Amino acid sequence: MSSDLPPVPPLPDGLVAVVKRDCPTCELVAPVLGDLHERAGLTVITQDDPHFPADADWVHHDADLALSWHHDIETVPTLLQVSEGVGEQRTVGWSRSEWEQLSGLDCLGDGLPDWRPGCGSLSVDPAYAGELAVRFSGSSLHSRRIELASLEDEWEAMWDRGWSDGLPVVPPTETRVLRMLEGTTRGPSEVVAVVPPSLVECTVEKVAVNAVMAGCTPEHLPVVIAALEAVCTDEFNMHGVLATTMSVGPVLVVNGPVAERIGMNSGINSLGQGNRANSTIGRALQLVVRNVGGGHPGGVDRATFGSPAKVGFCFAEDEAGSPWTSLAESRGWRADQSTVTVFTGESPRILADERSRTPESLTKHLAQALQATVSPRMMLGMDAMLVLSPEHMARYADAGWSRDRFMEELSAELTFDGDDLLAGAGGIAAGLPPTAAGQKIPKFRPGGLLVVHSGGPAGLFSAIIGGWANGPRGSDPVTREITP
Amino acid sequence: MTTVLDPTSEQAPAARERATRPESLAGLTVGLLDISKPRGNVFLDRVSERLSGLGATVNRYTKPTFTKPAPVDLRHEIATTCDAVIEALAD
Repeated sequence: MSSDLPPVPPLPDGLVAVVKRDCPTCELVAPVLGDLHERAGLTVITQDDPHFPADADWVHHDADLALSWHHDIETVPTLLQVSEGVGEQRTVGWSRSEWEQLSGLDCLGDGLPDWRPGCGSLSVDPAYAGELAVRFSGSSLHSRRIELASLEDEWEAMWDRGWSDGLPVVPPTETRVLRMLEGTTRGPSEVVAVVPPSLVECTVEKVAVNAVMAGCTPEHLPVVIAALEAVCTDEFNMHGVLATTMSVGPVLVVNGPVAERIGMNSGINSLGQGNRANSTIGRALQLVVRNVGGGHPGGVDRATFGSPAKVGFCFAEDEAGSPWTSLAESRGWRADQSTVTVFTGESPRILADERSRTPESLTKHLAQALQATVSPRMMLGMDAMLVLSPEHMARYADAGWSRDRFMEELSAELTFDGDDLLAGAGGIAAGLPPTAAGQKIPKFRPGGLLVVHSGGPAGLFSAIIGGWANGPRGSDPVTREITP
Repeated sequence: MTTVLDPTSEQAPAARERATRPESLAGLTVGLLDISKPRGNVFLDRVSERLSGLGATVNRYTKPTFTKPAPVDLRHEIATTCDAVIEALAD
C-alpha cells in the first residue's frame, strides 16, 4: 500500500519519547522524562493527557494519534532517536540500560527498577485502530463510496443494489476492507485479473471488498486472489463456465500448508457447510464474478438448473491422512507449496460401496459410477473429480497401491467397447459416432480425472464431481500458487 | 448512516435507477395511493378522471395511515397489478 499513502508527518528531531498517562510504566518514568529533557532536550509526545508528564512546551499532544500511527508506535513508552523526522533507533518499555544507551547518558532513573514492560499504544488499541486506519490510509482506496441512507436496512440496501447472491452479505465498510487488505502484501491498486463476462480489470481492493461481503477473514484473501487468477485464464474459461446451461461452477481444492494455517476443513463434512474458510472463499470468488464481472443468473449465466455449489464450492485435501501424493503434487507442485486448483464441476454425488474389501473390487465399482458422469454414453469430452474418502482410501493403503497404480488400474476399468456405446445402441439415440465401432474408448482424457483425498473418517462412500466440456472448447483445470 | 465501498465495476450509476417511464398511459393500469391525509381523496378523484380520459384504467388504494409506510401486502398488490403508481400527498 506504500505507494498510495499520504506523506508521513515528521517527528521532532533528537530524542523523543511517546507516552500516555494511562500507563503505569509511563507514570513510573515521568521523572526520567523530565531529566532527559533537561540533559538532552527530550521531546515528549503524549497520547492521552496533554499535560503529561508536565505542562510544558516540550510536551506535544498527539491528539489525533497521527504521529503514533504513522511511526508505528506499538508500545508506550517508546524512546526514539529521531533524525530528519524519522525514528532511526527505538526502544520500548523502560529499560535503564537501553535508555542510557539510546540517550548516551548515564545514571538514568535512580531508584527505579531496572526494567518494566510498557503498555499498548493508543494507536493500536482495538477501539481506535480501525478508525485510524481509515483516517490515515483510507484515501488509498479507490472504490466509489456509497452512502446507505439511515432508514435503509443495510442488508436490504445491498440486496436492492444487486450485490448479493441471495444470502446476506457483510457491509464492506472502509474499516473492514482495510482490515481485509492486511491479509495480503499486494497493493490495493494491483490488478489481479480481467474478470468475465464484462472483462473488467479487478484490483486487489475489489477482491477485498467482495471477500468482506462473503464473510472471509484477511487470512482467506490470498486464496481468493489465487483462485480468481486461476479462473480468469483462457484455460479455465470462466466466461463459458458462467454462461453454460450446464449445472457447473468453479470447484476450488486447496493444497499445501495454507489449508491448515487458515483452518480449512478437509475432514468431516469437508464438502459441506460449517467451516468459515471453506464456505466463504468459494463464495467470495463467485461474488467477484457477479459484482465485478457482471455475471448474473438470467444474464450471461444461462444455467438450466445451476446447483447449490454455485454459491461457492471450496474444500481442502486431507494430505496428512493420505498415503498418496496430493492432487497438487500430481499436477507438478511441491508438497510445501500452497496452491488452489480450480475445476469446473457440478454438485457432488456419492458412490456407496460398503462391501469391497479389495482394491480391485472398489476400483471396478468406482469405474461404473464414473462412467455415468454427465452421461454414461459420453466419452472423452468431459472431466471429473473423484474425492476418495478415508475409508475408501484405506482399501488402497492396505494393499499398498500408489496414486499411479490406482490411476492405471482405474483407467483400464474406464475403457469401454465403442460398439456398446454407439448412437442408437440399446435403443438410445445418444451415443458415439460410427467411427467408434470396434474401438476401445476411454471415458476420460489423460489428466481428465482429478483424484483428491478428503472427508470424515467414517463412511464407505466416495464423492464424484462431474465436470464440463474439457479442453479448448470448454474448461481445463488450473492450479495457482497461493502467495502472501 | 453507513458508507460502504462499491463492490462492482462501477459502470452503473451509484444511485439506484428509476423504473423506465411509460411513453403513454393509454391502456395501462395506474394505481392511485391515497395516504389517508384529509381531502387527499378529493384531489385523487380529479386525477382519476383525468387519467381515465387518457385511456388508463385506474385502481384506487388507501394506506391505513399516513404516518407509516404502506403495508407490504398493499405494496405487493400495487406492484403486481399496476403499470404505474401515483402517491398523493396532501396538506
